[in-house]
Amino acid sequence: MPISIDVPKEKWTGTIREITLGATAAEGGTRTRVVKIGGESTLPFLTFEGAMPNPPVVAIEVQDRYPADWSPILLDVWGDVLKDPASWAKKAEEVGADLIALKLQSAHPELDNTGADHAASTVKAVLAATGIPVIVYGPGQAEKDNLVLVAAAEAAKGERIALGNCEDKNYRTIVAAALANSQLVIGKSPIDVNLAKQLNILISDMRLDLGRVLLDPTTGALGYGIEYCYSVMERLRLAALGGDSMVQQPMICTIGEEAWRAKESKVNQGVPQAWGDWAERGKRWEALTACALLHSGADILVLRHPENVTLVKQTVAALFGH
Amino acid sequence: MALSGLDIYKLLPKTNCKECGFPTCLAFAMKLAQKQAELSACPYVSAEAKDKLAAASAPPIRLVTIGSGDRKLEVGNETVLFRHDKTFFHQPGLFIRVKDTLPAAEFAAMAEQIAAYELERVGISMRVTGLAIENASGEDQTFANCAATAHAKTKSPLILISDRVSAIAAALQKIPDAAPLIYAATPQNATEMAALAAKHHSPLAVRASDGLQGLAELAQAVKDAGVEDLVLDPGARDPHDSLVAMTQIRRLALKSNFRPLGYPIIAFAGEGASSKAEEAMVAAQYIAKYAGVVVLDHFDPATVYPLLTLRQNIYTDPQKPIQVSPGLYELSGPTADSPLLVTTNFSLTYFSVAGEVEGSGRPTWLLIVDSEGMSVLTGWAAGKFDAEKIAKSVKQYGVADKISHKKIVIPGLVATLSGELEEELPGWEIRVGPREAIDIPAYLKTWN
Repeated sequence: MPISIDVPKEKWTGTIREITLGATAAEGGTRTRVVKIGGESTLPFLTFEGAMPNPPVVAIEVQDRYPADWSPILLDVWGDVLKDPASWAKKAEEVGADLIALKLQSAHPELDNTGADHAASTVKAVLAATGIPVIVYGPGQAEKDNLVLVAAAEAAKGERIALGNCEDKNYRTIVAAALANSQLVIGKSPIDVNLAKQLNILISDMRLDLGRVLLDPTTGALGYGIEYCYSVMERLRLAALGGDSMVQQPMICTIGEEAWRAKESKVNQGVPQAWGDWAERGKRWEALTACALLHSGADILVLRHPENVTLVKQTVAALFGH
Repeated sequence: MALSGLDIYKLLPKTNCKECGFPTCLAFAMKLAQKQAELSACPYVSAEAKDKLAAASAPPIRLVTIGSGDRKLEVGNETVLFRHDKTFFHQPGLFIRVKDTLPAAEFAAMAEQIAAYELERVGISMRVTGLAIENASGEDQTFANCAATAHAKTKSPLILISDRVSAIAAALQKIPDAAPLIYAATPQNATEMAALAAKHHSPLAVRASDGLQGLAELAQAVKDAGVEDLVLDPGARDPHDSLVAMTQIRRLALKSNFRPLGYPIIAFAGEGASSKAEEAMVAAQYIAKYAGVVVLDHFDPATVYPLLTLRQNIYTDPQKPIQVSPGLYELSGPTADSPLLVTTNFSLTYFSVAGEVEGSGRPTWLLIVDSEGMSVLTGWAAGKFDAEKIAKSVKQYGVADKISHKKIVIPGLVATLSGELEEELPGWEIRVGPREAIDIPAYLKTWN
């Protein structure tokens, strides 16, 4: 008995802004390739009713200071390159990262408290060591973020790097540095649709084109609040596709940082046997966090484990039907 | 699609005979609409009206039970496409596929291992649902023996995988009351499989490889043959096609109330993957995007644990964060001079902190503030975890009566509260603890 099927299709009116990271020599930079993200006019991978012109990409987190507090699983797999950000970044490019997410951790006042000169030289060294586009993060302390991100923006003039993070109390200096040096910014807000939108409005009020703003909705790891992050991302993406131009930004998720501080991936002492092999579990914790967030709209996934670069990229390719 | 009282009234005899116990047919119809009466109370209702009312009151995605007894699995009856619109109700079953070609002793050991696998997260027990037994041997009796072993060893829901009717029949004969999911009815064997499912009151999976049209026609045919409890296999195996098919099925059921596809979906993660790691990714996709039954080809705790965690996370009700009761908790038997930590009543926060404190071995007081189930940062941002609330809890739970010192440790993430808290709690020393629970043991070592 023939049955007729009329699949309900969504007619979205909004499109995510398409953003380019990095600049080649022809564009005033030194990158060997640029990375384009965004441009979606449909929910993640639902290409039967809209376009997803650019696949989500993977960034590898690199720090300018040996990350002694990281999970031993990560320290083992990366080895000595962790002692030098340029070697680390080079290795990250070799394992297939699309982007480097350089965190200027040494500038933290409770760590080495390094200054602007150190930041500038680190950024230059990492740019010289790789051909892929770079994201630069401050240490996450407002005053030092301002100091080192301004230095980074100037040191990388023309390279179209992304500066993170702009938060509601601390965005003016960073946005100004991006404006002065033609860079991008990452606006980070705490797992809330309205706060994300409000921050975008504030940034846009400073006359920075929203085509140069990435949205970090704040990542929750598997087992540690991923459901909040997942739903806020879905709501942001639905609002964007529904036409709200103030949230039509590609989203970046700091998955590695969150997943690798979960007890499950960080330690193995005194944990239940049912947790399984430590190294495998740690990798899965990061990979499954990434997978869930791919489905809620992540455009840039910042990871820490090199094997997950390949895995996440394969997953993305498969979701495109390749 | 729910009918209104007036819609229902039109289908009733309109004789006001009162035999249903209500004064008029209209009053009865109103009660029916509010689900406070049963249609069977009316002795004169027509068969046509019964069908219409039953169809209208059925949920858009049927609730299907797999297995019997305490560990039975209920899936389906979902009402939204996005969990933030309400919640996802019935967590998908997670099954491990085991072939009947495995030597009998190994098969039994595997069954026992899977059935025994259990762990706890935020106070909730999590386990693998059961075994999916594949008739790889091509032998009916081998398959039936495996089914019997699995049922006896696990008492958990089973899936019987074979396209051969005789194999399914042999297995069902060995476990007549187990209500396993029969996989699968195809266009070639649908009549016989439907008869078996009806006879044994077993749910039946239907698989069509020629798109949703073929699947809907097959499901309809099986339903017409008398089997109501169906599970759909849209036939797609790669992640993209599966995502599209499963999204379309969910939309058709929920948005178009399209009955032939109003059933839960079964998905095979291993078949869309070329490694264990890829299998985990595909399974994660199926958990997030609309599967009711997920079948894995590997049983690896390091993968199963994160998958069970993801399942729990995605199926948590967004409007009801899991909470613990506020109060002063005694961890490892504290005395009057033990440290005092404070945090929120979000269950995850509580369990992370309590777990670390207990792991550290140091007896500690843990003050849990009623943050309405919000975590530290979210609670702080929403004004549910601030200096005033902490000070109130200190007084409310009589902390000063139990502790000889006046030192309170606040989470590092809200270090900014320390100034206000000093004002709220005069005479107390406010200490800033670690930002992450994982650093608590080290912190407690230095506490004095």
